[in-house]
Amino acid sequence: MSMKISTSDFKERVDKGIHDSFMRGAVVGAQERMGTRRLDATNELGNWEEWRKHGEEIRKHVLEHLDYYLKELSDNVSKRGGHVFFAQTAEQANEYIRGVIKEKNAKKVVKAKSMVTEEIHLNQCLEEAGCEVIETDLGEYILQVDDHDPPSHIVVPALHKNKEQIRDVFTEKLNYQKTEKPEELAWHARDMLRQEYLTADVGITGCNFAVAETGSISLVTNEGNADLVTSLPKTQITVMGMERLVPTFEEMEVLVSLLTRSAVGQKLTSYITVLTGPSEELDVDGPEDFHLVIVDNGRSSILGGEFQSILQCIRCAACINVCPVYRHVGGHSYGSIYSGPIGAVLSPLLGGYDDYKELPYASTLCGACTEVCPVKIPLHELLHKHRQTIVEKEGKAPISEKLAMKAFGLGAASPSLYNLGSKFAPTAMLPFTSGDKISKGVGPLKAWTEIREFPAPNKERFRDWFKNRDKGGDQS
Amino acid sequence: MKVTLFATCLVDMFQSNVGKATVELLEHLGCEIDFPTAQVCCGQPSYNSGYVNESKEAMKTMINTFSHADYIVSPSGSCVTMFHEYEHIFKDDPIWGPKAKDLASKSYELTQFIVDVLKIEDVGARFKGKVTYHTSCHMTRLLGVKKAPMILLSNVKDLEFTELPGKEQCCGFGGTFSVKMAQISEQMVDEKVAHVEETGADYLIGADAGCLMNIGGRIERNLKPIKVLHIAEVLNSR
Ligand code: SF4
Repeated sequence: MSMKISTSDFKERVDKGIHDSFMRGAVVGAQERMGTRRLDATNELGNWEEWRKHGEEIRKHVLEHLDYYLKELSDNVSKRGGHVFFAQTAEQANEYIRGVIKEKNAKKVVKAKSMVTEEIHLNQCLEEAGCEVIETDLGEYILQVDDHDPPSHIVVPALHKNKEQIRDVFTEKLNYQKTEKPEELAWHARDMLRQEYLTADVGITGCNFAVAETGSISLVTNEGNADLVTSLPKTQITVMGMERLVPTFEEMEVLVSLLTRSAVGQKLTSYITVLTGPSEELDVDGPEDFHLVIVDNGRSSILGGEFQSILQCIRCAACINVCPVYRHVGGHSYGSIYSGPIGAVLSPLLGGYDDYKELPYASTLCGACTEVCPVKIPLHELLHKHRQTIVEKEGKAPISEKLAMKAFGLGAASPSLYNLGSKFAPTAMLPFTSGDKISKGVGPLKAWTEIREFPAPNKERFRDWFKNRDKGGDQS
Repeated sequence: MKVTLFATCLVDMFQSNVGKATVELLEHLGCEIDFPTAQVCCGQPSYNSGYVNESKEAMKTMINTFSHADYIVSPSGSCVTMFHEYEHIFKDDPIWGPKAKDLASKSYELTQFIVDVLKIEDVGARFKGKVTYHTSCHMTRLLGVKKAPMILLSNVKDLEFTELPGKEQCCGFGGTFSVKMAQISEQMVDEKVAHVEETGADYLIGADAGCLMNIGGRIERNLKPIKVLHIAEVLNSR
């Protein structure tokens, strides 16, 4: 499916990531900053764990009754004069949106940040249809200007670039002549974008949470670009993942709090935009025509299964910001627009194991992600579940590993086999041992000893010491 | 009090000194040690790699081996976490489910046992040196043992403690991750070692054999002048 951002294999991508020192500096800096900010913002509440629990309950409830709330949402959007389209696949969603664009004879689209439109590769589809698409979120804009560099983070898409690199991109592509000061860069982008809003025919947004009871959609931003995207063009299209909704504003308030604190360490972002249908008679602005595209694209097959909890996700990226693996390899290594722990769980589900079977193993199962997730998704357990599925159901594990694990299982299960194996380990390892360590291992030990020393097995195992000691032997 | 020792396979085969220190420490605190020799590996390496069925036999062996115990104590946080995990693995099994639950309810990591069960905060140890401490992920996040090692270390005489920057960050061990994703693991362990160096400590202390083998192995390879010790060895110094 289309969330793929690279054709090279996992090892190559990781290798590239590890050797990209600019990117790594930027990621470490961002993780440190965002980590501290998130902690301050969550501690400030005093009862963060209760908030998380509440958030989890809301998300679970919605997923349990998804069909009910989707119908309520869709009825209420229609009642207010909006159009609703359920797209089962990425292609259907793109097809519908292209249809609207054609009908309006639109030449220019402005877009607010949206992961689901990245997931379905909407921009590409519209550009192929001859429409100009302009991203208005600063991060997305930078990437778009830089020859459609893919996002490396779900909240801060251009996280992998530092300000000097952004200056160079602007200089080369936008005739920018000032310095790498963020204010100057942002000002330039703002100038460029203003013209676009005024001349765009259609505005496209994602959706943080849709409110079923009123048929509203909400957008959480810090730049206010979503306000312009939704108020200036005559036609608005909002694209949402089918699970991104809440029953009423009351639940939305809880989730927005969890989201902004977890994502950027803010009580609230600068703008929380809520829109309900097309503009009405007394409204001074807003679109004349409103379309809500609800995208399934593989989500309904996750529902009801052992991975259902991943649909609780509110895309805050807290898990990414604490992930020690993401820290060193960066977002592009995941090969999917969804990176980090959320990406490692979600990408194989939406995009299949063929492209993403390595991702569940790109984790030490350290649990840092699970600890911070504001809606309590057991991310490390889901990664483990993927491994189990790959081994047991998909049969995609390497044969050598299967044999080794079988042998290990047998040896570990049998006290006598274990006893024998461990007893003769020092002798068996002798050819590789120098002093008290093994520096050049073979088989599975090779990868270990390429990086670190491996201890030589003790000549006297602990159990032997204990036994001898019982007999009145060595007491030391 | 009778304590049944779960030594773990790593300690049994590679770090017998940690096992010895654990026995001596617990005896010093008045416990009587029982070591069932039928104990094998907890199954963590294959289980974490996704081989759940292949691991179950080892788990059952462990459940049987320790069924008689009042208290099971182990000098390795992640292995105790694994014992607790059995409860979830066998939760739908009418025979092994209850047994696994029983095993989990009486399994403790060493420092957790000393502080929470024995109610001892000062083990009367003396250790001269500047030390820092790595909090292992499974022990702190999954088992939830955060304070006990800190309390015990803070009462060791002559010990100079310095906090490890990024102490909660994983060291890059992750069982088979360390070989399967060696390239990434290397970056992680390097950052950990750099943080340890930053503290200026002479000793790195931890409470999980796997993590210590990983960080220690990297320190040794790069010939850094830092010694790696298990917390049992420090608490057993007098
Ligand atoms: S999985 Fe949890 S922490 Fe990660 S992005 Fe989703 S909600 Fe945030």
